[in-house]
Amino acid sequence: MKFSLSRVLLLVTAACLLGGAAGCSRKPKGLTPLPAGQSGSAGPVGEIPLTPGNGVGTGTLGGPGNGTGTDTPGSTGLPSDLDARNFVQDREKFATDTVYFDFDKSNVKPQYAPNIPRVADYLKANTSNNLLIEGHCDDRGTEEYNLALGERRALSVRDKLMSLGISGDRITTISYGKEKPAVVGNTEEAYAKNRRGVFVLLTPPASVR
Amino acid sequence: MKTGFLSAPLARTAAVILSVTLSILATAQDGGVTITKGAVRTIPISVTGYSDEVRKILEFDLFVVGFEVNSGAAPQYRLAGSGQGEVRGALSDVNTQQVLFSRAYPGGSPRAQAHALANDVVKSLLQIPGIAGSKIAFRNLPGGRNARGELISEIWASDCDGANAVALTSDGSISFGPSWVPGQLKLFYTSFRGSRPEIYLQDLRSGSRTRVFSFPGTSSSPAVSPDGSKVVMVLSRGGSPDLWLANVDGSGLRQLTTTKELEASPCWSPDGRTICFTSAEGGRPSLYTMPASGGAMKRLNTGGVTQCTEPDWSPDGQWIAFTRAAGEFTIYVMPANGGSAEAKAAGEDPSWSPNSRTLVFTRRVGGERRLSLLDVPSKHVKDLGCISGGCSQASWSK
Repeated sequence: MKFSLSRVLLLVTAACLLGGAAGCSRKPKGLTPLPAGQSGSAGPVGEIPLTPGNGVGTGTLGGPGNGTGTDTPGSTGLPSDLDARNFVQDREKFATDTVYFDFDKSNVKPQYAPNIPRVADYLKANTSNNLLIEGHCDDRGTEEYNLALGERRALSVRDKLMSLGISGDRITTISYGKEKPAVVGNTEEAYAKNRRGVFVLLTPPASVR
Repeated sequence: MKTGFLSAPLARTAAVILSVTLSILATAQDGGVTITKGAVRTIPISVTGYSDEVRKILEFDLFVVGFEVNSGAAPQYRLAGSGQGEVRGALSDVNTQQVLFSRAYPGGSPRAQAHALANDVVKSLLQIPGIAGSKIAFRNLPGGRNARGELISEIWASDCDGANAVALTSDGSISFGPSWVPGQLKLFYTSFRGSRPEIYLQDLRSGSRTRVFSFPGTSSSPAVSPDGSKVVMVLSRGGSPDLWLANVDGSGLRQLTTTKELEASPCWSPDGRTICFTSAEGGRPSLYTMPASGGAMKRLNTGGVTQCTEPDWSPDGQWIAFTRAAGEFTIYVMPANGGSAEAKAAGEDPSWSPNSRTLVFTRRVGGERRLSLLDVPSKHVKDLGCISGGCSQASWSK
């Protein structure tokens, strides 16, 4: 494992900042294991070396049976295997059709219900296009819960589109929880703008003019 | 062969020792720390004769298991030694003048020597393993967004006092929910680096990682069974965010919950038989359990506390810590079979120490997230400090 100098410096600095509470008044040197067995201590006292992630994971799949993309999609109401990464993404097309949610709710509110048929009509008229729905949350709620809640919101919007006759095969979802806020801030107004479902039009690359 | 922080036999011994210890402490006439509510006591101890560096490490390690170090209160125990050259320590009972141990800690860094001494004090006086030597993994939000508009977060790991921090990812994307493989230097986590959430397994010795789960929709909150063989996680490929179980190599995937509402934040009982998690099935987030082999969800009685999320089961099996996600978030601890839950500290996302005594959790300070340790019996809280930008989702190695 090779380290660049800047990376080592960064890590050393970060370690010192983090270690402040424990009295990191020196450079954290080395990762020397304490010789074992010289004390009655419970458990090996570790300065166990960790290797910084190389960040170049090749994305090797975990072997047979990992289930990537073998389910029957769509018609059962299950999320499709549509992969938004294989399409050109247009975030402007339905920018004014974003739907907003109440706190900790995933149902589409009546005032945003008319947005759904507009999106559905476009998809009906443009059969080569598909759709990505992003679900988002406000800064309240815990991080993990919000990641699930954002998905629940996106799937709720997807259900509405399917009830209007759009095949589930054409719609995929992603949740960002509170990790991609529209507005930064801890006001009621910011919260309301962040609890949202966003439509992203997907166009096959070959058909982009 | 596992290469753990605590060997499996040692961990089992620790669990046995701890359960015995709790009953002893509950009846102690003086000294010790009572577990009962309202009568929490701390142990005053004097620590003298060390360099600043060693003394600070000793103070930290002892404070987060309920000791009051050099607090001005009449000390019950005295730890005297030398931080010049190798660390030495002589622990004595102030009242009886009895010397409980006297040891030297040659070799290694002063930091490692101090931690080893602290662990010996903890073992001698509390009859539980110390936490020095264990690791925490967490996410850091350095600030800023990537080209996709995501708030960037990366996975880090450090010693449990925050020292020796190492960045484990540098993807410039969302990194989420690190979770240790018990007894191994390996982490599962979710990464958005591939433009959608996928679950990775990273080896912290080699730095290499494998993408184990990749599905449409959400993939989050992996939690590995105590025996290291299975992982439970939240996937939405069944039509809503549900719990799914698989082998750690990605094989044998199957669905555990089938509710219309969301499930989140699964954790394991230490015997590997039961999974505890959050579900919104009842309208508001509540805690449930179910057999890890599948079966019916059963709502946990949280003693009238609502909006319950992020459960974590103590390694000794006795307690479940969780977050009350309402107003200012609060850490609660209750018996594992439910019942009366006690508020412990303002914060969220608790993770138990290997000795089932201390929690690492997230505190919000001025809008920024910080990691802190909470000693459950004494309610001592100690910030770990943080690298720039905020930290959250700490997971304590087991």
